[in-house]
Amino acid sequence: MLTLQCPYCGVWAEETELHAEGEAHLKRFGPGSEDEAFEGYLFMRENPKGVHFERWRHSNGCGKFFHAARSTTTLEVFGTYSAQTLEPPQEIKDKISAKYPGWSWREFA
Amino acid sequence: MSTRLAQGGRLLNKGKQLHFSFNGKQFTGYEGDTLASALLANDQLMMGRSFKYHRPRGPVASGAEEPNALVNLGKGGNFEPNQRATTTELFNGLTCESQNHWPSLEFDVGAVNNYMTRFFPAGFYYKTFMFPRAAWKHVFEPIVRQSAGLGKAPKDRDADTYEHFYAYVDVVVMGGGVAGLQAAKAAGLSGAKVLLMEQTAHWGGRSMVDGGEVDGQPVADYVDALVAELEAMENVTLRNRMMGAGVYDHGYVLGYERVRDHAPLESGPRHRLWRIRAKQIVTATGAIERPLSFAGNDIPGVMLASAIRDYVVDYGVSVGDRTVVVTNNDDAYRTAIAIKQAGLEVPVILDARAGGGGALADEARALGIRVENGKGIAKVKGGKRVTGVAICAQAGEGAVLEEIKCDAVAMSGGWSPVVHLWSHCGGKLTWDEAQAHFRPDPSRAPTSHDGEAFVTVAGSANGYLDLALGVKDAHDAGKAAAKAAGFTATRKAAPKAAEAPEAAMEPVWLMPQGAGPELRIKAWLDYQNDVKVSDVRLAAQEGYESVEHTKRYTTLGMASDQGKLSNINGLATLAGQLNAPIPSVGTTTFRPPYTPISMGSIAGEARGDVFQPLRRTPIHAWHDEQKAFFEPVGHWRRPYCYPRTGESHGEAVKREILQTRNSVSMLDASTLGKIIVKGPDAGKFLDMLYTNMMSTLKPGRCRYGLMCNENGFLIDDGVVARIDEDTFLCHTTTGGAERIHGWMEDWLQCEWWDWKVFTANVTEQYAQIAIVGPNARKVLEKLGGDMDISKEGLTFMGWKDGKIGDFDARAYRISFSGELSYEIAVPASQGRAFWDAILEAGEEFGIMPYGTEALHVMRAEKGFIMIGDETDGTVIPQDLNMQWAISKKKEDFLGKRAQERPHMASPERWKLVGLETLDGSVIPDGAYAIAEGENANGQRNTQGRVTSTYYSPTLDRGIAMALVHHGTDRMGEVIELNKVDGSTVKAKIVDPIFFDKDGEKQNV
Amino acid sequence: MRRYSAFAIAREAARYHTGWERAWRSPEPKKKYDVIIVGAGGHGLATAYYLGKNHGITNVAIIEKGWLGGGNTGRNTTIIRSNYLQDPSAALYEKARSLYETMSQDLNYNVMFSPRGVIMLAQTQHEVRGYQRTAHANALQGVQTEFIGPERVKELVPIINIDGPRYPVLGGLWQARGGTGRHDAVAWGYARACSDMGMDIIQKCEVIGVRQESGKVKGVDTTKGPIDCDKLGLVVAGNSGDLANMAGFRLPMESVALQALVSEPIKPCMDVVVMANTVHGYMSQSDKGEMVIGGGTDGFNNYTQRGSFHHVEETVRALCETFPIVSRLKMLRQWGGIVDVTGDRSPVIGKTPLGNCFINAGWGTGGFKAIPGGGWATADLIAKGEPGPLCAEFGMERFIEGRFIDESVAAGVAH
Repeated sequence: MLTLQCPYCGVWAEETELHAEGEAHLKRFGPGSEDEAFEGYLFMRENPKGVHFERWRHSNGCGKFFHAARSTTTLEVFGTYSAQTLEPPQEIKDKISAKYPGWSWREFA
Repeated sequence: MSTRLAQGGRLLNKGKQLHFSFNGKQFTGYEGDTLASALLANDQLMMGRSFKYHRPRGPVASGAEEPNALVNLGKGGNFEPNQRATTTELFNGLTCESQNHWPSLEFDVGAVNNYMTRFFPAGFYYKTFMFPRAAWKHVFEPIVRQSAGLGKAPKDRDADTYEHFYAYVDVVVMGGGVAGLQAAKAAGLSGAKVLLMEQTAHWGGRSMVDGGEVDGQPVADYVDALVAELEAMENVTLRNRMMGAGVYDHGYVLGYERVRDHAPLESGPRHRLWRIRAKQIVTATGAIERPLSFAGNDIPGVMLASAIRDYVVDYGVSVGDRTVVVTNNDDAYRTAIAIKQAGLEVPVILDARAGGGGALADEARALGIRVENGKGIAKVKGGKRVTGVAICAQAGEGAVLEEIKCDAVAMSGGWSPVVHLWSHCGGKLTWDEAQAHFRPDPSRAPTSHDGEAFVTVAGSANGYLDLALGVKDAHDAGKAAAKAAGFTATRKAAPKAAEAPEAAMEPVWLMPQGAGPELRIKAWLDYQNDVKVSDVRLAAQEGYESVEHTKRYTTLGMASDQGKLSNINGLATLAGQLNAPIPSVGTTTFRPPYTPISMGSIAGEARGDVFQPLRRTPIHAWHDEQKAFFEPVGHWRRPYCYPRTGESHGEAVKREILQTRNSVSMLDASTLGKIIVKGPDAGKFLDMLYTNMMSTLKPGRCRYGLMCNENGFLIDDGVVARIDEDTFLCHTTTGGAERIHGWMEDWLQCEWWDWKVFTANVTEQYAQIAIVGPNARKVLEKLGGDMDISKEGLTFMGWKDGKIGDFDARAYRISFSGELSYEIAVPASQGRAFWDAILEAGEEFGIMPYGTEALHVMRAEKGFIMIGDETDGTVIPQDLNMQWAISKKKEDFLGKRAQERPHMASPERWKLVGLETLDGSVIPDGAYAIAEGENANGQRNTQGRVTSTYYSPTLDRGIAMALVHHGTDRMGEVIELNKVDGSTVKAKIVDPIFFDKDGEKQNV
Repeated sequence: MRRYSAFAIAREAARYHTGWERAWRSPEPKKKYDVIIVGAGGHGLATAYYLGKNHGITNVAIIEKGWLGGGNTGRNTTIIRSNYLQDPSAALYEKARSLYETMSQDLNYNVMFSPRGVIMLAQTQHEVRGYQRTAHANALQGVQTEFIGPERVKELVPIINIDGPRYPVLGGLWQARGGTGRHDAVAWGYARACSDMGMDIIQKCEVIGVRQESGKVKGVDTTKGPIDCDKLGLVVAGNSGDLANMAGFRLPMESVALQALVSEPIKPCMDVVVMANTVHGYMSQSDKGEMVIGGGTDGFNNYTQRGSFHHVEETVRALCETFPIVSRLKMLRQWGGIVDVTGDRSPVIGKTPLGNCFINAGWGTGGFKAIPGGGWATADLIAKGEPGPLCAEFGMERFIEGRFIDESVAAGVAH
């Protein structure tokens, strides 16, 4: 039963207020893209044991989508941040580094 | 015999006698009794039968850990199986019966299993019952099932109600013993919001029975003062009869409050499930005494030493006149002393420790009790109750030294902290060699969202079995929890109490230590599931070495007590057999709930009519009044048809359709999704969402659009109206409104966040009514208003705002039936009045409402697709020959890239066609078009399938839409469709538009 | 292997069962095997078993980081059915179901396959049509199912409430030959048979690396040292992503928690398995008498084997509504498992980017019922290096081609 703080409205939201929306920072591939790139975008997933970046929606709250950095093994939440960004804020990356030195997730580390 | 003592009974109100029945016999007890204590007081020691061997079973404990004394409680809608007698508070009129026997508790045919014990070792069923093959299902399994199970299945609907409750607190303290109270006080003094829960009706826990001194006063007085103090603190809530059922991630806690199990005649919910979010949790859940493993330790009358003490002190009940005490620690001496002080006999205390006990042993001796060190029980004698014990040396193999007559045995194998709630969410344990138990490892506590520990343990749950140490530990735990929750911990010191040192316990995992197979097969570990020392050893011998394998192979710890008594003994037995240290064998996983909680409480209020939220259109009440036949669509219920007296649903649908085709009828279309999309980039945005070009739509006009997901598949359709340059109104399917709105927001917030667009789901702001049929315009004209709805004034696929009658209306000239049709939206508040006005205006045309089935049939007659029928998540617009709705001009839209993949671009995909049966019959729903031959897996080849199939009242024949291989190129061809009975029906491939192909009817 | 029988039990009873031998050996790993299977769950053990039985390949190690059968094999709700809609699924699950029928005899281990029948309730018009479609598909697939009306549902399940105010039962898809089995016994039975064929089951041995040379697997590094192999099979439900990471490729999968719960045991009151997809719950009664209950998955990636309680609430709510007597039972235990869910919610059995490495994964919520079929197909794939007809459609390439096996089509969730 997770609680995540919505970075938009500031509410510490119960899991029942939220909807999980899958892996974060996916780059969309549209018409003209390579088959593999498109497959990667739609289906291939990091699915890590440990640090993960994902999307959530405060669906029974303010309705905003946002990002969360979370461990899939301890469920620790390193932080939540705006959906309107292409990468996690440095401050969250630092927080993760403090706990898991040498972590990496796709191109982020 | 077991009986009520003249003296004692701390919890009883002897002024209030209660009447109850057990197996039809009438008994009396007192207010304050548990069912178990009251039965014992009436010499009803035997309370049930065990699971596998149907052996006689009496209570072994006095609390939540009880595995044996389970009863069928209550009657009818208040019946509940497997109710634990030790935690059931007695009330007047209580009715119960014992379980798992036939025909009676005293004489149970199933007990024949008992004589087969040797043939039924652990896992025997995996090794037999295999021949003949059908015998498992038809012979053996029914026998196994009948003899297994415990309580009866309830028969009636639950007569009680339940409710959920939310609480957000700083600190939850679980357990209202002296440790829990102390921890709650320490936390409360910091100002933190504290919730303290205790599973029983009483505060103080074991200390109230065991005594001792805190802060210079008897512990009972200290507890009373503490409770009074806590009750006076505004930031502290105390709840008894409430158990900490489970600890979940991020500080989520389940509290299970048994509001009126003890007072069933009172009003209100039976149980209340608390869903608590706590910053910190203190588990002060105490410890549970372990049985000793000796032969015959399951015979009624053999009980935990602490339980026998509880019955004497709390309930004034003696389990037997002569009680032999057997122990490996000092605590059990308290039982001997309590029994003796109650005026009963203790023939001997068998202390398995060669060195014997400490101060408590001296006290017992001083009372004249015989104490034998280094001795144990070789065997308990008796059948349905203890008649005596055979004594042996603990160090030996069980050679009998002496037999002693007795009718009760009090055993103590040491104490195990209740670590369940600590462990639910990942807290780890450490093995305490000195006390031979697992206790929480504070360095590996469960962690919360911030990565920090959120559970602290206090008192005996933390391994501090001594009162003084426990109270101090609890005080520290309460302070620590408050601090971790962000408060300044109190500076107040822990109360003072002197330690009462005891002689060290010595682990005894088998009694006597060298017991041979004939004794081990009678030494029970799990009383309810009939798992013995011999079974665990057999599991290890056969390679089921993991503790989880052993558990599953033997069923150890899988009974309704979840191994509260058996797990550590079983584990130690396994470790012994494997020659491995106990901690290396590890424990099985602790899972919620701590003790079983009612399903009713989990379900809460949601049942029957309020099982799920019901969405109602403004016209819903009218449909209800007409006794419409409803179908669930999402959380809505939509009228399927409006049957009149004596009419079948089919007849009603036919009438509704013919009325529409011939005159006029109306549909409550309010459930259709309505989403406003607004902003300078709205057109560009919709071009991405729909396969069609929407940006070119002119204000005042409507366009039917298709939506695909990124995987290329159709997910929704609907009519889009352009309101003005910046504003569109998108209609979605009834089930799709919320999903599509979320989908739009997803793209706007996460991908194209720089696009200037807002969306709003206004589905429920409008009532929308379709007026359909050749006379539709006449009805509207009768209503009057300022809107020109003539053929030219409001052309097909146009929309307009204005007044219809006195109503503020928006009229869309769109049609899903092929008829002249207006869909008119009015503010939701005016919906019902508008509906009534149409009914009145349409009376002369025989206007009537039609339901969803008529809607479906009429759209199929016109070859219009229905999301969910023609589409099923695997269909792309191209399959439905809807290339016309896919813009060729757009570089991109959601799903476009996906549709370029080889399998989607393949000409071999099945295409939408119409089907007409040769005999006019209706093709069964879901039929497949068969093809020649079989595939590599021996399955009949297919060449298509029906997507919609109806009897068409308009054409008076069966019509169907289907996806067929190369379908569009095969017009006129006859194919065969399968029926489930193995026969087929022949149908001709035709155009899917069955009626009014040129669209003349709608264009008038 | 000493055979199990009633006679053997009687013989052993005379000597207090001291003569039973180990069900499986506990060997140290050899330096090299023809085939290494990672994962001693149901699918891994079944794969090894059919490698030996169907293909004569017995120089096989099955490596398990925990205890055999301890993953999803030992924590599912044991439903066995094959009433799938799409041809490839129906073929695979029906193969599995038919193998379950003779499994106890084949393995000389009673796995308690109980073909008591499975009903999937139709509670909306849409579900009625969906299940009628499945019944028609099954008729052509050689899977015996039948769409039955509400009265027949009530007859089969007397405790059901078919007249609920919100979702009355409109009918159901009935597979009389579906049922349940004893999950642990399936793993143990296969393990015993594998061990008897000379295969090495190596428990408490975690794979920590996949050693490769020019695009092929050479062996694995484990906590018990390196072990070489000619072919590698990854059969590690709930850990597929982790193993794939070690091997250097990604999978179209995510791992999420799936929860289940049981009630306290009661006397028999329900003889069939009932699944109610509209309200999200399913239930059967175990031979011990517990009502075994499951529902849907959590929505987020999770490796903790703990789920969120609101899913339990939703499931129990659904079942109290469908079977009113459930309200008076008590939840004894709830638990979670980690399932790998693919992009189309159907499994992957196929090749990987590494030539001699094969994968069986992505069973989502429905792996138990497929164990013998999945093992059969995976063994065939590993032995021949190419997929046979049973798993031909289940390769990962389907995601790049856009050729999915989507069962959610048939209304509701798969279990």
